[in-house]
Amino acid sequence: MMSFLADYIYYIGAFGLILIGLYIILVKHNLIKVIVGLGILDTGVNLFLISVGYIAKGTAPIFSRPGIDSEHMVDPVPQALVLTAIVIGVAVLALALSLAIRLYQHYGTLNLRKIREQRW
Amino acid sequence: MRRAISIFLLIIVTVGISLSLAKIPFGVPKTKVGRHYINEGVKETGAANIVTSVVVNYRGFDTLGEVTVLFIAAIGLGAVLSTVSQKTARKVESASLVLYTGCRLLFPLILIFGTYIFIHGHLTPGGGFQGGAIIASGFLLIYLGCRERRINRVVSNLVESLGGLIFVVIGLLGLVFGGYFLLNFLPKGTANTLFSAGIIPIIYVAIGFKVGSELASIIDNLIEES
Amino acid sequence: MIVVVSFLVVLMLVAAIAASVFRDLIGAVIASALVSLAAAILFYFLQAPDVAMAEAAIGAALTAAIFIIALRRTKRYEE
Repeated sequence: MMSFLADYIYYIGAFGLILIGLYIILVKHNLIKVIVGLGILDTGVNLFLISVGYIAKGTAPIFSRPGIDSEHMVDPVPQALVLTAIVIGVAVLALALSLAIRLYQHYGTLNLRKIREQRW
Repeated sequence: MRRAISIFLLIIVTVGISLSLAKIPFGVPKTKVGRHYINEGVKETGAANIVTSVVVNYRGFDTLGEVTVLFIAAIGLGAVLSTVSQKTARKVESASLVLYTGCRLLFPLILIFGTYIFIHGHLTPGGGFQGGAIIASGFLLIYLGCRERRINRVVSNLVESLGGLIFVVIGLLGLVFGGYFLLNFLPKGTANTLFSAGIIPIIYVAIGFKVGSELASIIDNLIEES
Repeated sequence: MIVVVSFLVVLMLVAAIAASVFRDLIGAVIASALVSLAAAILFYFLQAPDVAMAEAAIGAALTAAIFIIALRRTKRYEE
């Protein structure tokens, strides 16, 4: 049990965040809370990508001293991809919030069920 | 009814993900491309930070796409929020003297720290995106502390456009000098010094200025009305 | 080491559940900033300092700030 936990604790954390983010997006009916759920889902996927690239007893991939041992460095490619993904996540959140502000000014409410009823 | 369907969907997603996650072992090296970048990275690019050399040199085209996406999001936010009719201006109470002076004291220190991080992106952990975010946090501090100041819109747009333009021009110069877009054509120097790694520091300085002014203009567009 | 990592993962999951339960939307935003902060510390334990710095600066500070500025222009409480 303890070794199972030690091996898979990062996967459980990322997996739990993805599930909670999906639950918020599917069930809640306030628009700003749905956007918060989108942000949590984003964080969960990034955590999963970095934990796939980890090597046991590894070090960070930076050659800080000339004679450093490079046998046990972790994989640098997932880190480069996740760096891009974090910045794109914040750009999508900003644009979604601007659309939510315009929706509030047009309909007067942010409740998704009431907005769906008012369709003409 | 909707809650029952969504819980059923979540159970299906749970079973699917856990069945496939059980086959991925944790802590075992999985790819060969990473080993090639670690073994040959310092010799081929000259940068000591392997993640920087992957982001700017080996996969530089993805970074160009990401800079474009950030640019489109900032322009889209400005366009969506600009047609709002101005309500009567809300009365903003000015901050106390201690808060005002403290924010004015901290602001240049935060700017210097952010500049340090993106200039040394190829030697230590850091880079353009992290430094740009720290610079935008400095501008957020000015918005929260000294409440009547606003950033200069013309200068911010100019810095943002120049940053993106320098990135594309350096890529096209690589096409002129060598044969393909974003070729590393400047001399590589000795590793672990400031003036090394070819075009990587120049691109990161341009990205740092661009991301910093872009995030500050996003905050300025959102605060605008009140 | 494993105790610290387990504590951080449990803190992250509890904060995510709190973000879905709170009715005051500023509380939900602060809980999501706590999720980002715990994820940034976990990135450091996974030997990725660049990603930890980016997540802490962008996810924990700027995302919470733009959410709260947008909440000032709309409603604060969920209906």
